[in-house]
Amino acid sequence: MASEEMEQLVRREYKQGFVTDIESDTVPPGLDESVIAFISQKKDEPQWMLEWRLEAYRQWLKMTPPSWAHLEYPEIDYQAISYFSAPKKPEDRPQSLDEVDPKLLETYEKLGIPLHERAALAGVAVDAVFDSVSVTTTFKEKLAEAGVIFCSISEAIREYPELVRQYLGTVVPQADNFFAALNSAVFTDGSFVYVPEGVTCPMELSTYFRINAANTGQFERTLIICDKKAQVSYLEGCTAPMRDENQLHAAVVELVALEDAYIKYSTVQNWYPGDEDGKGGIYNFVTKRGDCRGDRSRISWTQVETGSAITWKYPSCMLRGKESIGEFYSVAVTNGRQQADTGTKMVHIGENTRSTIVAKGIAAGHSDQAYRGLVKIGPRAKGARNYTQCDSLLIGDKCGAHTFPYQEIGNSSATVEHEATTSKIADDQLFYCRARGIDEEDAVSMIVNGFCKDVFQELPMEFAVEAEALLNVTLEGSVG
Amino acid sequence: MLEVKDLHVTVEDKAILKGLDLTVNAGEVHAIMGPNGAGKSTLSAVIAGKEGYEVTQGTILFEGQDVLEMEIEERARAGLLLGFQYPIEIPGVKNIYLLKAALNAQREARGEGEIPAPEFMKLVREKSAQMQMDPSFLQRAVNEGFSGGEKKRNEILQMLVLEPKLAMLDEIDSGLDIDAMKIVAQGVNSLRSAGRAILLVTHYQRLLNHIEPDRVHVLVDGRIVKSGDKELALELEARGYEWVLEESVA
Repeated sequence: MASEEMEQLVRREYKQGFVTDIESDTVPPGLDESVIAFISQKKDEPQWMLEWRLEAYRQWLKMTPPSWAHLEYPEIDYQAISYFSAPKKPEDRPQSLDEVDPKLLETYEKLGIPLHERAALAGVAVDAVFDSVSVTTTFKEKLAEAGVIFCSISEAIREYPELVRQYLGTVVPQADNFFAALNSAVFTDGSFVYVPEGVTCPMELSTYFRINAANTGQFERTLIICDKKAQVSYLEGCTAPMRDENQLHAAVVELVALEDAYIKYSTVQNWYPGDEDGKGGIYNFVTKRGDCRGDRSRISWTQVETGSAITWKYPSCMLRGKESIGEFYSVAVTNGRQQADTGTKMVHIGENTRSTIVAKGIAAGHSDQAYRGLVKIGPRAKGARNYTQCDSLLIGDKCGAHTFPYQEIGNSSATVEHEATTSKIADDQLFYCRARGIDEEDAVSMIVNGFCKDVFQELPMEFAVEAEALLNVTLEGSVG
Repeated sequence: MLEVKDLHVTVEDKAILKGLDLTVNAGEVHAIMGPNGAGKSTLSAVIAGKEGYEVTQGTILFEGQDVLEMEIEERARAGLLLGFQYPIEIPGVKNIYLLKAALNAQREARGEGEIPAPEFMKLVREKSAQMQMDPSFLQRAVNEGFSGGEKKRNEILQMLVLEPKLAMLDEIDSGLDIDAMKIVAQGVNSLRSAGRAILLVTHYQRLLNHIEPDRVHVLVDGRIVKSGDKELALELEARGYEWVLEESVA
């Protein structure tokens, strides 16, 4: 197909670009210790939490942003960002959906998330984060019956300080990296999950959150702990309204799996990617790490990344427990001027640990993406095994895909396999479908969805359907 | 139904078809035969709309419509369907999904609604049984890991489900053993009807023992140099293509 045709059709407007007009209680841009104290105070936090934040802040001041990623973006002015924004009157939290600001509900409607219907139909408890404060939490009672704690991290800090203190920062330390340190200093909200010993969480836990107030950085902190023999499936999905300023998003997600525990963490990410020149999109610098602390524990990351102007994200697993399992299934789609440097780290520490990596990258338009994966086998990880497969699919001739696999093998009994392919979306496949009467756009989405199937089948059912739809929207007009 | 007039086609500046004329009426089966490199596959590819072929002269009309002005998918929706010599593999896309998407795209173009799921399942089961294909084929990725014979049977299965007005089958017999050939031929024969035409592109006469053509055309060096009935195919089988060429030059 002709590239100018493609060029023309690659341009599409972000369908979920709109701003909900709810007054925010925002601090002026800038960051110093007084801003951190303000945040901590706003959140009614105990003294230890404030000190923890300040420690992180002081370390952050000594750090520099990472420069090794295959990304290009202007330097970020951290003093131009406002670090706190919450919907007005946080003390008057709604007790049910009826009390929720109708404008917020409208926002969810536009996003195709009919909250109440979805919750009722799918049996999903939704902890919706709107800007930085949890506005509504459903199904809490059912979860409480099972002994599962699912609440905002702020609430957890107040209600379950001993659990938070025990685990916060034990997977991603305060000074782990530049963005994690910043997050540790200024995080405003996020989710907390604790599943007690022997409990299988009775429903999939889901947080839909979006960035709303203009020019406000979003710093989510999520902590999920699965006690011995416990299981949980957690879904994270997000979209954001259209705006002009580049927005920084630096979340931290920590997962802890004790003996025989299983955490499945699925993400569908659809943040604003910017206009056709790449202006205005979200900068997504995320640190996600799971710790298979107990023997036979298992952590599985599944992600579908379609949005953001820049994505810097490597969900990782520390496989400490014997026979523990780490998995990473990823589809990353870039279009327009998007850049993504994403992948995973599997660190094998315990004996007979296993990991699987399946990464699918799809690049269209002028986008550029890299898969960066580290498989590290420690000296004590006898019999460790890794299988890595990464495939890239290019649509058109102005995009790029790169693979950077790193392997550090410290044990001769380990088995590490790596397979990688890069293919262009084949003209003969397109012709075959079109010669059956299927129009080109449908044919592309069919072929691309087929390419991603190994990953989609790892997603929970209702999420898989959404992911497919999202993929189609993202690639809309990527070919003529 | 199909009217090709004075068709000239070049591929990368090389002339392949040099003034081809062909008329196919509804209800007829035509066979295009000829030596390698004569332009047989080019003809069906150009009619289907494959890229990379430049039509420098001539016209193709299908039921009075100018085919060359139509998009690939529009041609298929109008009832022009190409069976591939080398069917394409599409990993991760279920065979049944492609069939359903194609059928619904064609129905939509005809102003019909989507086919109800039970009706579709019944149709597809019936047709795959006819092609002696196990239902598990429907759940496999399109052509992926199929043997040569399975791919060809799958092409005919698509024809049976999509019911084109003009079915063009490019070397549908290549790579088939005799049993598979019989199954494929039986499928093609069941497509024969008063309202439908079939265009067979083939190198060998043996397919025509199973699918009896109404007309046989010999394509040599970009032109149809001789046409006749099924006896012509037998003569070609016995004598080769040389004499036709000599006759046409003379």
